[in-house]
Amino acid sequence: MAKLTQTPSQTLGPYFAYGLTPEQYSYGFLTSIAGAAVAATDTTGTRIRIEGRVLDGAGVPINDAMIEIWQADDQGRYAHPADPRPLNAGFRGFGRCGTGTDAQCRFYFDSIKPASVDGVQAPHINVVVMMRGMLLHAFTRIYFSDEAAANAHDPVLATMPEVRRGTLIGQLDESRPGKVYRFDIHMQGADETVFFDA
Amino acid sequence: MSEIIKPRDWSSQPSYIDPAYRSTALRGPTKPLIPLRQSLSELTGPVYGHDCLGPLDADLTKNGRKTADPLGERIVVTGRVLDEDGRPLPNTLLEIWQANAAGRFVHVVDQHEAPLDPNFFGGGRCVTDAAGRYRFTTIKPGAYPWGNHHNAWRPNHIHFSLFGPSFVTRLVTQMYFPGDPLLELDPIYKSSAVGARERMVARFSIEVTEPGFALGYEWDIVLRGRNETPMGSH
Ligand SMILES: [Fe+3]
Repeated sequence: MAKLTQTPSQTLGPYFAYGLTPEQYSYGFLTSIAGAAVAATDTTGTRIRIEGRVLDGAGVPINDAMIEIWQADDQGRYAHPADPRPLNAGFRGFGRCGTGTDAQCRFYFDSIKPASVDGVQAPHINVVVMMRGMLLHAFTRIYFSDEAAANAHDPVLATMPEVRRGTLIGQLDESRPGKVYRFDIHMQGADETVFFDA
Repeated sequence: MSEIIKPRDWSSQPSYIDPAYRSTALRGPTKPLIPLRQSLSELTGPVYGHDCLGPLDADLTKNGRKTADPLGERIVVTGRVLDEDGRPLPNTLLEIWQANAAGRFVHVVDQHEAPLDPNFFGGGRCVTDAAGRYRFTTIKPGAYPWGNHHNAWRPNHIHFSLFGPSFVTRLVTQMYFPGDPLLELDPIYKSSAVGARERMVARFSIEVTEPGFALGYEWDIVLRGRNETPMGSH
């Protein structure tokens, strides 16, 4: 077949909200294809919340970033034809949240905790980070602090220096009811989040 | 056999840090990316079909209309979404957003002193058909100033967002118009190498142009392709 060449990536720019997250930002004309509520009321699994900020190289929280997540369900299944297992009813597994509607520039997702996808990898959520000032999106992952045993055997975490693994671990906040995980994304600096060549 | 997605083509893609685009300095990752062996996590991705569309989603001349037609030059933008091997990608969601004819976005933080058009919203979406084709009707967006450097203006452009067949085929890009003198002055357009950036410029098409109604532009979008690999070797 014809060999074509990839279209270059460009920044999301500052004005993505009315196109990509219209309901979150209260633009009335368009519905949102996805938002911060990832699980429906009939989705089985342990309810979790992910909460975090995106910090620039000066440690300043970014108010015009957009985070997308993609995850498996409570049995490790993805809602996609490449995963042949039957689906969890009503669970698409995709979420999208901008950082511009919260006073502290937080993003958040209300979802369920994914199970291991293949019995080998630790439970994780796949993440895309994009923003004004970023010409190409970045891939990262959220693992869970209360899955220490699984994380210790995760083949992806094993590929990176131990000192950097912590940047991918969502920290369970013991002071809050339910399961709330804190996951800050550091674009630069000593704690720069691990980003993948995926 | 199973398949993995071909790598990002780094000769086509921009760098995370680009001194000409000042905001990248504190926002682009600085450490080398960690290679990730693709698993189901990367080979699956969100599926959005025609059922997620409203009837006017692909017609931006109508989906923000209140009392009259929006002002500006009506255009049709169409093309195919393909992968690197030339396979059309059907059932692929495209989301677009753009400025109005005066160069003003409806976004609340856009402070450019150009008029808003009460009949133009500027956001839309479309899902590709069996041949990978998409089609939008809209208004040609105006250029607008930005604060990157003295007298900086963005060329006319439409923002595009696509998922493609998997999580790693995600693409957010911008479509430009042929012959725009601002292109050679724009650090965002120029963030990709010569030979790659031109692939973001649409082609004027008299065939797509609708007599008495709208000028036509054609623009194909190419996402990452697939590699066949023996089972178990990846
Ligand atoms: Fe723009």
